[in-house]
Amino acid sequence: MRKVMMVATAGIAAVVLGTAGTAYAGKELDAIKARGQLLCGVGTGTAGFHLANTQGKWVGLNVDVCRAVSAAIFGDADKVKYVPLTSQQRFTALQSGEVDMLSNNTTWTLTRDTALGFDFTGVTYYDGQGFMVPKKLGVKNAKELNGATVCVAPGTTTELNLADYFRANKMTFKPVVIEKVDEIRSAFFSGRCDVYTTDASSLAATRAANVPAPLTIEDFVILPEIISKEPLGPVVRHGDSQFADIVRWALFAMVEAEEYGITSKNVDEMLKSDNPTIKRILGTTPGMGKALGVADNWVYQIIKQVGNYGESFDRNVGPGSPLKIERGQNALWTKGGLQYAPPIR
Amino acid sequence: MAVEALGSAPRVKVAPWNDPVIRGWVFQIVVVGLVAALAWYLIGNTLDNLNRQKIASGFDYLGREAGFEIGDTMISYSPASTYARAIWVGILNTLRVAVLGIILSTILGTLVGVGRLSPNWLLSKICEWYVEAFRNVPLLLWLFLFYKLISEAFPGPRQAISAFWNSVFLSNRGLYFPVPVTDPIHKWMAVGLLAGIAGAIALHRWAKKRQDATGQPFPSISAGIAVVLGLPALVWLAGGAPTAMSWPALKGFNFEGGAVIQPEFTALLVGLVLYTSAFVAEIVRSGILALHKGQSEAAAALGLSRGLAMRLVLLPQALRVIVPPMTSQYLNITKNSSLAIAIGYPDLVASINVTINQTGQAIENILLIMAAYLSVSLSISAFMNWYNRRIALTER
Repeated sequence: MRKVMMVATAGIAAVVLGTAGTAYAGKELDAIKARGQLLCGVGTGTAGFHLANTQGKWVGLNVDVCRAVSAAIFGDADKVKYVPLTSQQRFTALQSGEVDMLSNNTTWTLTRDTALGFDFTGVTYYDGQGFMVPKKLGVKNAKELNGATVCVAPGTTTELNLADYFRANKMTFKPVVIEKVDEIRSAFFSGRCDVYTTDASSLAATRAANVPAPLTIEDFVILPEIISKEPLGPVVRHGDSQFADIVRWALFAMVEAEEYGITSKNVDEMLKSDNPTIKRILGTTPGMGKALGVADNWVYQIIKQVGNYGESFDRNVGPGSPLKIERGQNALWTKGGLQYAPPIR
Repeated sequence: MAVEALGSAPRVKVAPWNDPVIRGWVFQIVVVGLVAALAWYLIGNTLDNLNRQKIASGFDYLGREAGFEIGDTMISYSPASTYARAIWVGILNTLRVAVLGIILSTILGTLVGVGRLSPNWLLSKICEWYVEAFRNVPLLLWLFLFYKLISEAFPGPRQAISAFWNSVFLSNRGLYFPVPVTDPIHKWMAVGLLAGIAGAIALHRWAKKRQDATGQPFPSISAGIAVVLGLPALVWLAGGAPTAMSWPALKGFNFEGGAVIQPEFTALLVGLVLYTSAFVAEIVRSGILALHKGQSEAAAALGLSRGLAMRLVLLPQALRVIVPPMTSQYLNITKNSSLAIAIGYPDLVASINVTINQTGQAIENILLIMAAYLSVSLSISAFMNWYNRRIALTER
């Protein structure tokens, strides 16, 4: 709470004193370049998406987006300072300029895109809200949850969807709302709640990585219902469209690279490719980087250091990770999914 | 002050820029002007920045549907209620824990403080250990400890511990107990209770007056309790003595019916009370030790027992020392209750934080929360200052 208040107060101080007043395109970008570091707001710890590993290094799908932006701006994916933020701190932190961007599983909604003063630049992960329950409760679907006690994070779309879903189905519930995600999980695993609800991907991550012994993965089931659309993507604040463009196209570049088969392994050979599209993407035909205001080899740097979208997905949340999440909606549009990047030309 | 003092001296004719009265006014006007200009600049700048970043502003959101559920409410509330109502629920929850915390920590703190001065070695050592343990560990850790103890140590609702012939259930969902079904007579019983309290106070005054005049003691405390409890009981009997009760029963996931004290509330209240009592105990002890030891010796010489000496001679005098620092402790309880958010008790901060997040209007909400805490704190201060003046030594 203190920290929330501090962030909120700092945010207000920043807005009041005018340090966050950025009206001109490029000003954010100039500040980032002058600082030599990108301040990227991530979550406090969800396996696969944003988590400090045992060496204290941040890894995850969201972290890779921060790294891609850093690679595009600096040619170096490691010039990022990760600022872990709770669901309640994140917006004030971004509004006040404490971070340059958020890449922390924030759901794209109209209110956030407008009244909060933000711009969403894309969708890193197409998600939906689900429910997890202990197997011993014998619950088979979400319609059986009437009267349940539900653990949920405050200040999220999850919290609102939950209330909507129960209202729509004429059911009641008791929320247990705790700010720190670790505390919510521990309340759920200790039995304080019957149900834990959040985005299905985070449920899978929690189930894979956070179940305390002697309980095991098998003791918990994720119910089949997905009750909402949760397009999760990077967020920047209003004011610098050039920086917003870089964040937007860094993610698009990762998706585009996957579509054209450019991976971190073969990117050096791809530099010799004759395919005009690949030549434009990798900057062997110059122009794209200049239009964006970064080096012409920006995509090369992203793919070389971070990998394409598919590689990042597999490594962090897919088959190459403990989460083993299917690509599903997050497959490329060419493979029946929703991931679709506008052409780099 | 200095200006007034100078101004009241016999006037000597001097040039305006050397006149202390005029100078004083000029300086004050300049200072007020500077403060106003700074405020003007800050407010203007804020609005400008909000506007430039296209962040919504104003208090319109208070009337919009909140859309989130709150787990522990004293008034009726649903996700269809407004943000204003959600914040009001939070204020009431904060007040509930603060008021109970103030009452309980005063009682416990006084007992411990007096206990520490006891000639009984064991009792005084226990009290000392208690004080040292609680005031030397951050409150937040105590809150986590109590919350974990409740949620980890108690069984789930289906294995709840039951007591009193299956009428009271204790589980990690809280303590469920039966309550009377709402009846119109309850309102009149509350009126009876208030009348009883007023009657007891009047009785006590009368008894004191009589004792001062005639020396005849009157058992005003036991009689007072009888009046306070008797009046509502009479009203209840007169209203046909309704006995319908709502009993808690396991239904689906949880208990239904009856009333519940939730773990978050319990953990917060226990943590606040035990923590603050340690400080209160030291204040009480210092108040008693501040008295000349002749006071207790004189009381003993009059043949008063230790308990009576404490109640009639020592504590009333010690109160003069105790009350001012106690005000700070009461304010601390109120403000520390905002740590509730760490363990999920839906207090004012929790409501405001969610509102900030859903509306993005941090400035308005922080202003609201500051106004709320300020009003509560100033009320406590005003009450305690009034009480302090009342018990202050009347000098003649």
